[in-house]
Amino acid sequence: MLKLLSGVLGLLMLANVHQACAALTIEIIGAGENQIPVSLVPFGGDEKLGLAINEVVSDDLQRSGLFRLVDTTGKSPHEPAEVKYSDWQLRGAVALAIGTVSTQANGRIEARFRLLDVVKQVELVGQAVSATDGQVRAVGHRIADLIYEKLTGNQGVFSTRIAYVNRQGKMFSLIVADSDGYNEQIVLKQSEPIMSPSWSPDGSHLAYVSFETGHAAVFVQSLYTNQRKVVADFRGSNSAPAWSPDGRQLAVVLTRDGSSQIYLMRPDGGDIRRISFSGGIDTEPNFSPDGQTLLFTSDRGGSPQIYRMPVEGGAAQRLTFAAGNSFSPRHSPDGKSFVFAHLSGGKFFISAQDFQSGQMETLTEGGWEKKPSFAPNGKLILFASEARGRGILATVSSDGRVKQHMFTQSGDAREPVWGPHL
Amino acid sequence: MKKLVISIVLLNLLAACASQKPKETTAAPATAPAASSAPATSATTAVDALNDPKSILAGRSVFYPFDISVVQDADKPLVQAHAKYLSENAARTVKLEGNCDERGSNEYNLGLGQRRADGVQKMLVLGGAKTAQLNSVSYGEEKPRASGHDEASWSQNRRTDLNYAK
Repeated sequence: MLKLLSGVLGLLMLANVHQACAALTIEIIGAGENQIPVSLVPFGGDEKLGLAINEVVSDDLQRSGLFRLVDTTGKSPHEPAEVKYSDWQLRGAVALAIGTVSTQANGRIEARFRLLDVVKQVELVGQAVSATDGQVRAVGHRIADLIYEKLTGNQGVFSTRIAYVNRQGKMFSLIVADSDGYNEQIVLKQSEPIMSPSWSPDGSHLAYVSFETGHAAVFVQSLYTNQRKVVADFRGSNSAPAWSPDGRQLAVVLTRDGSSQIYLMRPDGGDIRRISFSGGIDTEPNFSPDGQTLLFTSDRGGSPQIYRMPVEGGAAQRLTFAAGNSFSPRHSPDGKSFVFAHLSGGKFFISAQDFQSGQMETLTEGGWEKKPSFAPNGKLILFASEARGRGILATVSSDGRVKQHMFTQSGDAREPVWGPHL
Repeated sequence: MKKLVISIVLLNLLAACASQKPKETTAAPATAPAASSAPATSATTAVDALNDPKSILAGRSVFYPFDISVVQDADKPLVQAHAKYLSENAARTVKLEGNCDERGSNEYNLGLGQRRADGVQKMLVLGGAKTAQLNSVSYGEEKPRASGHDEASWSQNRRTDLNYAK
């Protein structure tokens, strides 16, 4: 326990150091039950670069809650021949990461990395990871993904990106950042609200809602060219864009025929057809991974709850029955469950429900917690929360054990959504 | 004449009722739209009732209970007065802006705010306003008037504003 505590403290201190030079502070609450002990030796060669990469990899692995970092003091092997396995067995590590890094003449960073099984004394993976000038964090995230994949059997998500809206006074920014919140890029900044960013399945575009024309309209913007296009701008409100898994359709919510109803359209705005027909508010559509069904929020039964319907329209089935209101459903990547925001007793909780059993599980302690979305590997859930009077980003592991708060430097972070594997 | 006086008194009472509810809190930026849209009236034209701070038309907001989008009885005279004004002043246009408290998802609240604004629009049309004079939109919970996590703030944020074009 003491070890765990000091680990967390160490990380907090590290995080405080980060604040000076980056936009985020990260706090971790709780820990996984069976953490894998790993030693990460800072890479040789360009030692400064090696330390920078080491820090990114260490932070990534610790943030997942699945790893415990074993001290490397006094030992710094960089090649397999330099490794004395008994040293690491004594320290309790089951895996050891070593390597070298150099900067090429053209500015490219090239890291040669190996992950060694300390118990079996074999190499688990050896790979060269390179990136263009200045992409130290990308190299670190890639290496963390490789370690995560080898040691847990699941795909890593450290190299993926997230999108969210930052509100500062009357200014709204649509931001894309690394999964750890660093490397922020402003996609759009304006004095009218921005809502509901949604990633295209290939990560190349964002659909979102902007109020710049005086009411809610749906835009699609390329993240490569920054070109943007209004795709739904009818009477009233146009909102809640969601991409189909094949990227060929957008589900949107329009009020052009009355109350908020769900429509399908092409991502360029063409071929619009209505698929929900209730007198109430139907909103927040989300496609199942197989593209066959939609989850959505509706108040057709008297209060906002989660429903499911076939994508081509038809009878909807109510899924949530717990006391209170339920919002913002999103499928897990394996399609077996969904997460949602649950308002009960004056607090918002992040909850998950299994489709087959109908069993609901509350993953957080409750507060002002909204808009959950799964990491593409299904192991983490990103959501909007609040701490110290500010809107922040937070994650919780899908088993509810490990929680993490990400504080942006200023303003309120809201409407986060996790992007796909690239 | 007596009858007329009584009805005017009644109207004022109703107006007071509508504009007093809910109580202002310090958190609110207390800029009443009526105050900002009261221009220096030109001497040659008749006084526009819209600019008379004592008129019921000075009230520009309709308030709601939680998750409700139907105009409440207390606010109906206000909406009806605006309907009458719009029917008599065909050149005036008004933007109906639905707003919500934060106890919902942002998207659900966008829908709820739209339903609030559309409800006011419907009542205005029934009262004689032309659809072309009206434009209903929703800001959901995106433009709160008060920012606290409490009923004092929430009650201010659950409203439809009648925002006349200048």
